[in-house]
Amino acid sequence: MIAFNKYYNQFNILSISLVVISLFLLTFKGLNFGIDFKGGTLIELRSTDSKINVSSLRDNLNSMNLGDVSVKNFGNETDFLIKFEINNNKNIIEEIKSNLDKSFGNTFDFRRVENVGPKVSAELLKSGVIAIAVALTLMLIYIWIRFEWQFSLGAILALFHDVLVTLGLFSLLGLEINLSIIAAVLTIVGYSMNDTVVIFDRVRENLRKYSDIKIYDLTNISINETLSRTLITSITTLLALLSIFFFGGEILKGFSLAMIFGVIFGTYSSIYIANTVLVRLRVSQKTVLREDESN
Amino acid sequence: MLYFSKFRIISVILISLFFILIASSNLFKFENNLLNKKINLGLDLQGGSYLLLEIDNNPVIEQKIQNLSITIRNYFKDKNIRIKNLKILGKKLSFSVDENFKQTILDTFNDEESELNPYYPRFKSHQLDISEENNIFFVNYSTQGIVKLKTSSQDQALEIVRRRIDEIGTNEPNILKRGNDRILVELPGLDDPMRIKSLLGKTANLTFRFVTNNDQDSFGAEKLSYEDESEEDALVSKRIILSGDNLLDAQPRMDSETNETVVTFTLDRVGAKRFGKATSTGIGKQLAIVLDGKIISAPVIRDTIASGSGQISGGFTFQSATDLALLLRSGALPAPLNIIEERTVGPDLGQDSINAGMIALAIGFVLVIVFIFVKYKVFGLITNITLILNLFLLIGILTIFEATLTLPGIAGIILTVGMAVDANVLIFERIKEELKNEKNNLIAFDSGYTKSRTAILDANITTLLAAIILFFMGSGPIKGFSLTLGIGIFTTLFSVYFIARLLTVLYVYRNKEKEGLI
Repeated sequence: MIAFNKYYNQFNILSISLVVISLFLLTFKGLNFGIDFKGGTLIELRSTDSKINVSSLRDNLNSMNLGDVSVKNFGNETDFLIKFEINNNKNIIEEIKSNLDKSFGNTFDFRRVENVGPKVSAELLKSGVIAIAVALTLMLIYIWIRFEWQFSLGAILALFHDVLVTLGLFSLLGLEINLSIIAAVLTIVGYSMNDTVVIFDRVRENLRKYSDIKIYDLTNISINETLSRTLITSITTLLALLSIFFFGGEILKGFSLAMIFGVIFGTYSSIYIANTVLVRLRVSQKTVLREDESN
Repeated sequence: MLYFSKFRIISVILISLFFILIASSNLFKFENNLLNKKINLGLDLQGGSYLLLEIDNNPVIEQKIQNLSITIRNYFKDKNIRIKNLKILGKKLSFSVDENFKQTILDTFNDEESELNPYYPRFKSHQLDISEENNIFFVNYSTQGIVKLKTSSQDQALEIVRRRIDEIGTNEPNILKRGNDRILVELPGLDDPMRIKSLLGKTANLTFRFVTNNDQDSFGAEKLSYEDESEEDALVSKRIILSGDNLLDAQPRMDSETNETVVTFTLDRVGAKRFGKATSTGIGKQLAIVLDGKIISAPVIRDTIASGSGQISGGFTFQSATDLALLLRSGALPAPLNIIEERTVGPDLGQDSINAGMIALAIGFVLVIVFIFVKYKVFGLITNITLILNLFLLIGILTIFEATLTLPGIAGIILTVGMAVDANVLIFERIKEELKNEKNNLIAFDSGYTKSRTAILDANITTLLAAIILFFMGSGPIKGFSLTLGIGIFTTLFSVYFIARLLTVLYVYRNKEKEGLI
C-alpha cells in the first residue's frame, strides 16, 4: 500500500499555489483568445513554393494594413496560418488572394478561411462561459444528490482546481483558446468528476464497513484499492489522447493537449484534493450513517 | 448478475450482428433501403462553406415608418382630423392634432378592432405603440410589432436566399433560420464562396427611373452615382416607373450589333403596359436603371417599347451579366444581409483531416488494445472484443440516424475508445479484490459485477451530463463531438453489460474450479 496520506499537506500547499498562480496568470496575463471569441479572420494557406517563408509572407501582408497580423507555420514548412483582427472590408479575402498572387505568383491554396464578426464572437464567448458554468452546477447538483455535502464540496473543489489550472497552463504557454478548448474543458469536468466519484464510492463503502479507522487512513485505503483502476483508465485515456495529439492533425492539437493536461490534473486532484477535503472536514462513519437513516 | 437466458444470448448476438451490418454499409453499397444509410460528413471533413447571415432590418423599419406616415395622414383625413407637424424621426414618427381630437387619436390607436393598428390577442399587444408628450404624439413599432416584422422579413429573405443558391446549383445546400433575424447557409463541397457571398450580399433592388435635371420634381429627386463610376453623378427622380417585381425573366445575352454582353428581360403584363407608356411619353429622355442605389446605365429612349421586353447594358463581363440576371430572376431581398460568420474548408484539407483522424483512431485503438491485452490476458481479450463491437455499435447508431460526423466527432470516438475500457476495468479490479476473500469463482464474479455497478453508473452519468450540455450549447463541429461522446456512453454500457458480461460468463462457467482466473 502506498501512503498517499503522508503527503496530503504538501500536495494541498502545491495545489493552492498552483491555483493562486493560475488566477494570477489569468488576471494579469489573460488568455490568448482565438478568433472564435475575439472576432477576426483566420486563413490557412498551403504554398507550392518551398522558398516562401513566414517572414516573406508577413512582410507582404503587413503592406496591406490589416492591423495586427500574425503569421506562422502550421504543421509543416509549406503550410501557414494567418490571423488578423476584425476587418470591415467585405472583400478582404479576395484582396489578399490577389495581392499574394501578384507578389508570389499563383502558388497558394486557401485551405481554410474563417471569419467571425464581433457580434458572433461575443455570443460564442458568452455561451462558452455559460456552458462551463452550467456543467459545474449540474455536476454539483448530481453529486449533492448522490453523496453527502462534504463529498460534494471535495468533488467541486477538485473540479475548479482542474479547470483553473488547465486554463492557467494555457495562459502561461500562450496557447490559443477556441471553441474546441471549451469542449475539452467540459470533457475534463466530466472526466475529473468520474475519477473522483469512483474513489468516493469506495470511501463511503469503507466508512460503512469500518468504524474504527480514521478518515485519514480510510481515504488512503480507498485510494489504494481503486488505484489500479485509476491508473489503467488514465493510461488508456491518455493513449487515446496522445494518439489524437500526434496523429490527428494540426486542428485537433490544442483540443487534445487541453484534454491531456486535464486528465493528468483530474487524476491528481481526485487523490489529493477531493480526499483531503473529506479529511479536513473530519468525515466519519456518522456522516454516512446519518444520511442512510434519513433516506 | 451471471445468468443469461438463451433468449438473451441470441438477442445480444443478433443486435451485435445487426450493428456490424449497419456500420459496414458506410463502406459497401447495399440495395436495401434500411442499409442504404450513411454517416454524413461535416463541412470540416468534406469541405464546404458555412455562412451565417444577419438581416439588417433597420432600413425595413424606416421604410415602414415612412409608409405609415402616409397611411396615418390619409386615414385621419377621411375622418376630418387634420394631422399637423408630421415628422419622421428614424424609426419613430411624431405629429400633433387639435386639442379636441386628442382622445380620438388615442382611442383609434388603442382600439383592439383598429384597422390602423392591428392587435395581436395572443401577445396582448398592438403592432404600434403610441405615446403623448407636450401635445405631441409619438408612434413607433411595439416590441411585438418588431418581432412580427422581423419574422416576416426573415421568411422572405430565406426564400430569396434559397432561390439564389438553387440558381447557382450547388450540391445539397442547407438553408435554415436562426433566431428571428439570421439565416444559416451550409454549402457542402463549395471551396470558394466568393461568388455566393457577393450574390447574397446584394439586395438586388432594381428600379427604372427617369433622369431629371430639375430637383423640384413633384416626387422628389436624388443624386445617384454610377456603378462603374464612368460618368458624373446624375439626378434621378424618385418616381419609380418599373421595379424588379415586374420582371418575369432575365437572361445574359450577347448583343450581336454592339458585341457587348447585356442582360435581356421580360416584363409581366402590368410592367409591359407601364414600360410602354413611359417609353412613349418619354422619348428623348434618359431612363436610369438603378440597382441598390447605383445607376447601372441610363440609356436615352429612342422609341416606344411595347413588346414588354428590353435589355440592360452597362459594360458587363459575361460573369457579371450572368450574376445580374440571376439576381433579377430570383428577386430582391426585403433587407440587406450581412455575413457575420464564415467558415470555409477546402476539400483537400477535409480529406487530410479524415485521413489524420482515421490514423489517430487506428493507432489509439491498437495502443489501447495491446495495453489491455497485456494487462488482463483472457479478460483483456474479452474487453478488446467488446471494444471492437462497441465501435461498431457507435458507428452503427450514427449511421441509422444519418448523423453528421465532424473532426472533433472523430476525436470523440477515439476518446470513447480510451474511456470505454473503464467500466470493464472497474469490474475486473473489483473481481480481483473479491477473489482475495472468496474462493468460489462464480460468487466472486457475481459480487464483482454487482458491487461495481454504482461506480460505473456514476462515472458514466457525469460524462453524459457534460456531453448533453455540449450538445445544446455547442455549434457545428463541437456538436459532432458531444454526439459521438454521448452515444459512446450508451454503447459502452450496452457492450459492457451485455456483450462483455456474456463472454465473461461463458468463460467463467467453463473454468469454475480454476484458481487465479483473473
